[in-house]
Amino acid sequence: MGVPEMAPQAAADSRLAVPAGGGRVAGLFDRPTQVVLPLLAAALVLVPLLNLAVPASSVLHVSSYTVGLLGKYATYALLALAVDLVWGYCGILTLGHAAFFALGGYAIGMYLMREIGGRGVYGNSSLPDFMVFLNWKALPWYWHGFEHFWLAAAMVMLAPAALALVFGWLAFRSRVTGVYLSIMTQALTYALMLVFFRNETGFGGNNGFTDFKDILGFDLQASTTRVALFAAAVIALALGYLACRLVVTSRTGRVIQAVRDAESRARFIGYRVESYKLWVFVFSAVLAGIAGALYVPQIGIINPSEFSPVNSIEIVIWVAVGGRGTLYGALAGALLVNYAKTYLTEALPEVWLYALGALFVLTTLFLPRGVAGLLSRGHRAVTGADPAGSPR
Amino acid sequence: MSAVPGRFRGFAARLSGRSRSARPPRTGALLDGDPLVLGPDDSHRVILYLEEVTVSFDGFKALDALTLYIESGELRCIIGPNGAGKTTLMDVITGKTRPDQGSAWFGQTIDLLAHTEPEIAQAGIGRKFQKPTVFERHSVRENLELSMAADRSVWRGLFARLSPAECERLDEVMEVIGLTERRDAPAGALSHGQKQWLEIGMLLMQNPRLLLVDEPVAGMTPQETERTAELLTALAGRHSIVVVEHDMDFVRSIARRVTVLHEGRVLAEGPIEQVQADPRVIEVYLGE
Repeated sequence: MGVPEMAPQAAADSRLAVPAGGGRVAGLFDRPTQVVLPLLAAALVLVPLLNLAVPASSVLHVSSYTVGLLGKYATYALLALAVDLVWGYCGILTLGHAAFFALGGYAIGMYLMREIGGRGVYGNSSLPDFMVFLNWKALPWYWHGFEHFWLAAAMVMLAPAALALVFGWLAFRSRVTGVYLSIMTQALTYALMLVFFRNETGFGGNNGFTDFKDILGFDLQASTTRVALFAAAVIALALGYLACRLVVTSRTGRVIQAVRDAESRARFIGYRVESYKLWVFVFSAVLAGIAGALYVPQIGIINPSEFSPVNSIEIVIWVAVGGRGTLYGALAGALLVNYAKTYLTEALPEVWLYALGALFVLTTLFLPRGVAGLLSRGHRAVTGADPAGSPR
Repeated sequence: MSAVPGRFRGFAARLSGRSRSARPPRTGALLDGDPLVLGPDDSHRVILYLEEVTVSFDGFKALDALTLYIESGELRCIIGPNGAGKTTLMDVITGKTRPDQGSAWFGQTIDLLAHTEPEIAQAGIGRKFQKPTVFERHSVRENLELSMAADRSVWRGLFARLSPAECERLDEVMEVIGLTERRDAPAGALSHGQKQWLEIGMLLMQNPRLLLVDEPVAGMTPQETERTAELLTALAGRHSIVVVEHDMDFVRSIARRVTVLHEGRVLAEGPIEQVQADPRVIEVYLGE
C-alpha cells in the first residue's frame, strides 16, 4: 500500500524535519543542547576555580569584576530564554518583559534591604533608610515578612506571575494580538516605571534599593559570595534552559508553536488558544522574575530605570540577533549583544545605541533567523543535515 | 493510483469501532451529563438542524432565513454561486459567526449558538478549510497528533506521551490519507493535494460526527480528485459529511443529495439529477 511514487522524496524530507518518533529524553537533548549544557557546566567549574584558586598575578586569573560580569550575562541569557519562549515559540511579541525582570529584582531587593538591619546610615533596624528619610514611622504592610528569604524567594516568582496572569488574562481573552499587544506591554512596563518612581509607593522612589550588605548572612562583597551568586545564575540558566526544552518538545510546546503559525486553525481543532498563551506568558514571566532576582544581588542596585521600555526592546533585539524560535539562539544572542555592549560602552560610549540599532536593522534584513539560522545553514552546507530544533 | 474500494470502508469500520471505547474523557471543565460530553443525540436521524438562520453584514444578508437539515451519516453537497452564503453557513455551524436570528442545533441536545468554537470542535464538528491550513512547520505526524481527540489541557500536554494505541491510530490515518511515506516531512513541503488529504486526516483524528469540507478538490489533479472522492464516500455513513464544492463533476461523482444555495437561501434540494433539471437552478448557477 502506501504511495510508492513518493518514496524518493522521503529521503529529502528527513533533513527538514525533526523525527517525531524519538523518545522524550532523546528529544529533550538535541544537538544544540548537547553543546549548551557542557559549556555551562564548564563555566560553572572553571570560572570559580580561576577566580578563587589561581593567584591574581597569573594570566589565567579571572577577576571578580569578570565573574560579576559573566554572572550578569547569565541572568540576561535566562531573560532572553523567557522572551524567546513567548515571542519565538508562541508569536507574542512582548515589549514589556523587563517589567517581570524588575519585579523579581525588587522582590529580592526588599529582602536585601531588610537584611541591612541597623547597619544603614540612620542605624534604624526596623526601617530601611529611605523610609526614615521620608519620615515614615512604620513599615508598610506589604513589606512585612520580607526579612525572611523564603518569602522574598516566593514573591520573586509570584509577583511577576500575578501580573502576567492578570494582564494576559485580560489581553488574550479579548483576543488582542500583534502590534496592539506589543504596545500594551510597553505601556504596562512604562506605567510600572512611573509607579515605582514615586516615593509614596514605598519602593525607594527614583533611587530604588542599594547599599546591600549581605545575603543569607554572607557578605555580598566577599569574592566567595560573588562566585556563589555567579554559580547560582549559571545553574538557574541551565535549569531554565532545560525547563524550556521540556516545554517546547512537549505536546503543549507543539500546540504553542501551532498557535504561532496558525492561531485560528488551532482554535478550530479545539485548543483553547487563550489558555495556552496565558500559560506560556505566565511561565515566561516567572523565568524573567527569577533572572531579575539573580541579577540584583550581583549588581547591588535596583531602581525604576529597570522598568524602562527601552530595556524590554533590548531583550527582543538579543533574541532576534541570536535567532528566535531556537533556545540556544536566544542564549547566544544575549551573550553576544551584551558582550558587545560591555566592550563598546567602554571603548566608544557614544556609539553604542547606534550600533545596537544598526545591529537590529541588519539582522532583520540579512539574518531573519539570527545567528542560529546562520549556524544551521553552515552546518547543513558542511554535513547535509540540519541540527535539530532550528526553525524550518 | 489503483482504486481499492473496500480499503477505506474497512478502515472506517475499525475507526469507529475503536472510537467509542478509546475516546478519552473530555476536559474536566465540562460536567458529566453535559451534552457536549455525551456527544450529539441523533436519535431522530438528524445530526444538524439549522432553522431560519439569518446573518447580515452591514445590511447585506449573507444568510436569509436559511433552513437546512443534515441527516445522520449523510454525504451532502452544497453548491451555489459565489456569495450564496456557503462559507457563512460553515462559520455559523462552527461558532465563528453568530447569526442575528434563527437556531442551530447539533443533534437534539447541543445548541450550537450557546457554545464557543473549541467547544463545538470538541463536541464533534470538524471543519476542513477552503485553503488548506495545516501547520506548515510541523511534520505530518505532528499535525495529526495535534488533531487527535485527546485532553486539550495545557498541563496534560506538557507530560503527554503517545500510547501504543494512539501511535497505531496515527499510523492508520496516515495510511488512509496516503502520507505514510512522508510522516516526518514538514507539512509545508507537501503538494497541494497532499495538504488537502492531511487536513482530512486531521479531521479524522478528531473522531468528528459531522465533517464540514470546504472545496476539497480545488486545485487538485484529476487523479487526486478521484482519490478524494473515494475517501469521502468511504467515510460517509460513519460520519455525516457536508461538502461545499464548485466542481460539478466531483459533486456528481459523490453526491446523493445536493442543496443549492442562492442569495442566502435554499434554492433547491434533492437528488443530483432532479436538482440539475430544476430550471431555477439552471438559471442561477448551472447555466452560467
